Amino acid sequence: MDEIKDRLLKPSKATKQDQRGRMISYLSIGLIAILVISILYFIATRGLSMFFNDGIKVSDFLFKTDWNPGKKLVGALPMIVTSFGVTLLAALIATPFAIAVALFMTEFAPKRGARFLQVVIELLVGIPSVIYGLIGLAVVVPAMRIMYGGTGFGILAGAVVLFVMVLPTITSLTVDALKAVPSHYRQASLALGATRWQTIYKVILRAATPGILTAVVFGMARAFGEALAVQMVIGNAAMLPHNLVSPSATLTSQLTMGIGNTIMGTLPNNALWSLALLLLIMALVFNILVKLIARKGRIK
Amino acid sequence: MQPIITSQDVKLSYGAFEALHGIDLDFNQNEITALIGPSGCGKSTYLRCLNRMNDLIEGVTITGSFKLKDLDMYAEDTDVVELRRQVGMVFQQPIPFPMSIFDNVSYGLKLNGRPDKNFLEERVEESLKQAALWDEVKDDLNKSALELSGGQQQRISIARVLAVRPDVILMDEPTSALDPISSAQIEDTLLQLKKEYTIIMVTHNMQQATRVSDKTAFFNLGNLIEADSTEKIFMNPAKQETDDYINGKFG
Ligand SMILES: Nc1ncnc2c1ncn2[C@@H]1O[C@H](COP(=O)(O)OP(=O)(O)OP(=O)(O)O)[C@@H](O)[C@H]1O
Ligand SMILES: [Mg+2]
Repeated sequence: MDEIKDRLLKPSKATKQDQRGRMISYLSIGLIAILVISILYFIATRGLSMFFNDGIKVSDFLFKTDWNPGKKLVGALPMIVTSFGVTLLAALIATPFAIAVALFMTEFAPKRGARFLQVVIELLVGIPSVIYGLIGLAVVVPAMRIMYGGTGFGILAGAVVLFVMVLPTITSLTVDALKAVPSHYRQASLALGATRWQTIYKVILRAATPGILTAVVFGMARAFGEALAVQMVIGNAAMLPHNLVSPSATLTSQLTMGIGNTIMGTLPNNALWSLALLLLIMALVFNILVKLIARKGRIK
Repeated sequence: MQPIITSQDVKLSYGAFEALHGIDLDFNQNEITALIGPSGCGKSTYLRCLNRMNDLIEGVTITGSFKLKDLDMYAEDTDVVELRRQVGMVFQQPIPFPMSIFDNVSYGLKLNGRPDKNFLEERVEESLKQAALWDEVKDDLNKSALELSGGQQQRISIARVLAVRPDVILMDEPTSALDPISSAQIEDTLLQLKKEYTIIMVTHNMQQATRVSDKTAFFNLGNLIEADSTEKIFMNPAKQETDDYINGKFG
């Protein structure tokens, strides 16, 4: 009798294992939470110190065009414009390509073609960004120089490089979106006497629109945050771009170029942290956008 | 009676598996024909041959002849798209497209050029009335069709096919996903539609077959066992197998 009681009151081996497992996962979650919060806190305090300690106005930072932190000029508008410029342009070029490739993979050659392209896409994802930058420098910039004159560095070169870099992201997410369209839609549409093309653009693309938009936003987030490759082809001149082939600088390229040459706690250093904060905020905005699109897609 | 579709010696294989072993079956104009038989006997397979939906499945081979009036349905130069406009299909599950009720019903009409707005509106109203759905949706034609009930969605699917004005409508268990009231409404609809259309439908519901069909064809294991007037099949079938099936001895 006592033996049974004993066994029931003591935690069994399985229970102990369960508790230990739970402990470990809670610990990991806690660690990650602390990590995220400290990163946010760190960037926020650093990024804001320019406004609180050095007395810079937020509006000056966002809307002035002169960037020379050594002389207390911290207008980040050129970088903001350039960052959005390369991002939007890259997404604009990449989206039609991505949709075409994704359609080919899902609708036209779902077997052999898809497998081959899948490999190509994975390869493109795996190439380090410095290599994209190098190729951009060796091929795209000279091509821009020949076609449009000037140095060849600038938004257009950046956008072309980013286009290749975000293409796999947008394509593979678009493929997922197209695959998620129920195959009944295809059958019902074809059964009504629609051609394959009509079915694709009237029903399939339409049903996949929220997914495709999400893909584009993810691609844009990637383009916005890319530093190295862009830095190599953008020209790195912190001034408002006159046109698509004049040297300029993005938020990221300005950061990577400048951060090694400033001293902690000085205004030039703080100004770069403010750029970092801006990047972080944009990353959040892209995230929220994705959530909003997903929610809207579901309700419909 | 004039047959509108004739099929002879139809054999169909999915890869190496022969699902239909030689079917001869005709369908009369303005009649409802019910295809019955145990699960897996090839009813849907046969039905899908009639508007060439099996073409979409990889590895299918079909032999035999199909004629829609004088047209050889499987001839080289037969336009599949045009054929499917003449032989429409309603599926087992309601499949509303993710768009408004109006756009759903007018979908097939807009495939061929740009019909004018009045024509579309008339046709949509007419088709929804024929599908017994007009009164329920006439005030919110711009509402998404996904927000309708299952029964309403199935009637949308029917209206969408009717709007194209096919000669023949194929239905694969059109009421199996619906409640008795919606099913009854659809059965009424079918009886109305018979005046203008030829209907071929697969059903597992014997009462439904007797209520709506003029002719019944009994399939088993990829063969057509017998086809005759519904009355004959249910009251006095020629084959023992048929008798066993309709009396629930197998299937
Ligand atoms: N796409 C397919 N590929 C391979 N075999 C198939 C395919 N579709 C159906 N079959 C096979 O063909 C046979 C007939 O199937 P079919 O769907 O025509 O039956 P059914 O009479 O409609 O059955 P149910 O009443 O269950 O709908 C079955 O043995 C089935 O497994
Ligand atoms: Mg079936």
